[in-house]
Amino acid sequence: MNNNQCRVYYPFVGPFDPCPPIRVKTYVVPPNQFIPFQPMNLPQYPLPEALRRGTLWPALFSPYPCPPVGKGGGDY
Amino acid sequence: MWIYEKKLQYPVRVSKCDPRMAKFLAEQYGGADGELAAALRYLNQRYTIPDQVIGLLTDIGTEEFAHLEMIATMIYKLTKDATPKQLEEAGLGAHFASHDSALFYNNAAGVPWTAAYIQAKGDPLADLYEDIAAEEKARATYQWLIDMTDDVDLQDSLKFLREREVVHAMRFKEAVQLIVDDREQKKVY
Repeated sequence: MNNNQCRVYYPFVGPFDPCPPIRVKTYVVPPNQFIPFQPMNLPQYPLPEALRRGTLWPALFSPYPCPPVGKGGGDY
Repeated sequence: MWIYEKKLQYPVRVSKCDPRMAKFLAEQYGGADGELAAALRYLNQRYTIPDQVIGLLTDIGTEEFAHLEMIATMIYKLTKDATPKQLEEAGLGAHFASHDSALFYNNAAGVPWTAAYIQAKGDPLADLYEDIAAEEKARATYQWLIDMTDDVDLQDSLKFLREREVVHAMRFKEAVQLIVDDREQKKVY
């Protein structure tokens, strides 16, 4: 449930663009998009880890930023 | 109803990688005297204006949307390939925090567009004089924008847009004349 949250698309790159192109753009589709109503008894993180991650359930955890290039990754 | 042609009214070529200019161009995108304000102002006023100038407001209002699209193209070209860091250096850090590199209807200082920028008084002369003033202010804004860039290709598109403001102001002045003249017309019933 980790890496497929990150989607990429390839924007149009014109022949006369003034700046060097960014060829890959990314956006996030977090897991809540796929769970219409949370089922009972989902697996849980150990409590200290849940506190750190912000959620009790691995099924809802959404890492950020996206790993691929796009918006600069770990650069900013 | 409108018919859309998938091309710009006049070509937009941007040759200099200068995201700073995008911030200034926003004045004509979502500013008080910008193209959005102009289009919405005219297309709204036209319902309550004498018949002989309705068509003029429709035509000019429609053209303003074509101008809006040109400005959008300029801003998009200047910002689409900028990283968050480059946007920040261009003075667009606050914009990025709210909009990423999406375009938004705000002025060069980041103030969002508001309907308070435009007016519809229902009085033909009051409305047409406002329209003339708006065109002259937009012309001046284009002049300052032309002064702010040394990209000759961008200047070329801006000069076209500036010239259209001159023509629109002229047409609005003629519309005023049409409305004023009607009073002196000798009418035989």
